[in-house]
Amino acid sequence: MLELKSVTAGYGRTMVLDDVSITIPTGKAASIMGHNGAGKTTLLRVACGLLPVKRGQVLLDGEDVTKLRPSARVRRGLGYVPQGQLCFPQMTTLENLHLVSTERGAVDGVLDTFPALRAQLGRRAGLLSGGQRQQLSIARTLLTRPRLLILDEPTEGIQPNVVEEIEQVITRLAERGDLSVLLVEQHVGFALRATDTYYVLESGRITSSGEGGDGAESAVRAAMAV
Amino acid sequence: MDSLIAPFLNGTADGALLLIAALGLALTFGQMGVINMAHGEFLLAGALTAYVTQQVIASTDLSILLALPIAFVVAGALGVVLEATVIRWMYERPLDTLLATVGVAMILRQFVLDAFPSQGVGVVTPDWLDHQIDVFGYAWPLRQLFTILLAGACLSALAALLKFTSFGRQIRATVQNRALAETLGVSTRMVDRITFFVGSGLAGVAGVAISLIAATDSTLGTKYIVAAFLVVVAGGLGQLKGTIIAAWVVGVSTAFFTDWTTGSIAQVIVFVLVVIFLQVRPQGLFTVRTRGLA
Repeated sequence: MLELKSVTAGYGRTMVLDDVSITIPTGKAASIMGHNGAGKTTLLRVACGLLPVKRGQVLLDGEDVTKLRPSARVRRGLGYVPQGQLCFPQMTTLENLHLVSTERGAVDGVLDTFPALRAQLGRRAGLLSGGQRQQLSIARTLLTRPRLLILDEPTEGIQPNVVEEIEQVITRLAERGDLSVLLVEQHVGFALRATDTYYVLESGRITSSGEGGDGAESAVRAAMAV
Repeated sequence: MDSLIAPFLNGTADGALLLIAALGLALTFGQMGVINMAHGEFLLAGALTAYVTQQVIASTDLSILLALPIAFVVAGALGVVLEATVIRWMYERPLDTLLATVGVAMILRQFVLDAFPSQGVGVVTPDWLDHQIDVFGYAWPLRQLFTILLAGACLSALAALLKFTSFGRQIRATVQNRALAETLGVSTRMVDRITFFVGSGLAGVAGVAISLIAATDSTLGTKYIVAAFLVVVAGGLGQLKGTIIAAWVVGVSTAFFTDWTTGSIAQVIVFVLVVIFLQVRPQGLFTVRTRGLA
């Protein structure tokens, strides 16, 4: 589904990713873990086209999308939920959703996934709580009908009861089988439970990778402690 | 009573004219952050379109109405060419757009000087607009009412476009967070181009209205561009309601000060008052309030 081949990327002359290669097969879920500044968000920005690569390739379903703009990648099935509960603050919750799709069945579908948003449809998104904005962000991306869902720290800075709800939704999505998931997450336990494989990224390089699941936690913590 | 009614009505009409001119800027500057100094020349393009349409279609009654959509398309097309050839390389660099578009404005003015009589051209007011209506004893020119109705129509159309259409949502999303809009499948390049078309097209419509009340020569754009920018900034960037109120206040206050002093002094007074207002409230009349991350 998604393949990053020997990607080197950064900002200006500072390279953040150094020869990074990862693969997320169709229908599988992978997580990327690492300390702050390791390059996790940069890797996701490269995958969705917000940051150009200096070297390497980004392949989506075998097609080279390295030069494609983010909107063109979205049309090819890539959905991206950025870090920081981003929304369009002056638009209402419903307008945020209608930006992507006005199809009633589709909108009802994502509202069934996040029922808390139903009561906020007429409210300006900038006035929602952090948890509600994150739910809106995921719901909006799901409306793009992604075949690959990329999530950047979806539980960061969210109140605990909403974190649990978001974790359940992501776990359900990852288990669906028709959706590939790439998850960047600080919460190691949750990330490993929700995904099939993991990668540990440190100082812009993949230092460890393996199968997910409960048993992998000690290996990941050991890799991150180095 | 007449001394209050006349400046109020005339000022409201001037404000309406300023509003149509500023609506386009509210999109390209207020929403996209592009300082397009050639916007004044798009007004000129609209006025010249009214003139050329009258030369082609003998009936002045009909030609002025036809000139409105034609001017919208002509000025809009100029805007698209400017966006595609100059502006698109300068998003996020407003000062560069200012410098580049000043140059474009000079080129356009020189073209007008070469192609049209240097003393300017006159647009004939159609018979159906060449009347006065009695308002509390004041004979108010009907074309001023026409300008107000035209401003209302432009404003309603733009507000409906932004609020109720898919493209309007895409414009607002692109303005609020360009990268996020891209990651949701919005082709922001296409949005930029169409937004520029609409914004510039509105300048063309304003130009047609101006051609009915003022001489159409190469300096027409420069007379309106500063006031139009002033209105957008004083109203608050990204807020159409601010632009509406600011245009009306500037129009009416200029008319009253003109009544009490002279036209030039009135403009100076209004500019000074706006500058003082911006010192007190740099964000303009209205600002965007959010709870957290934008």
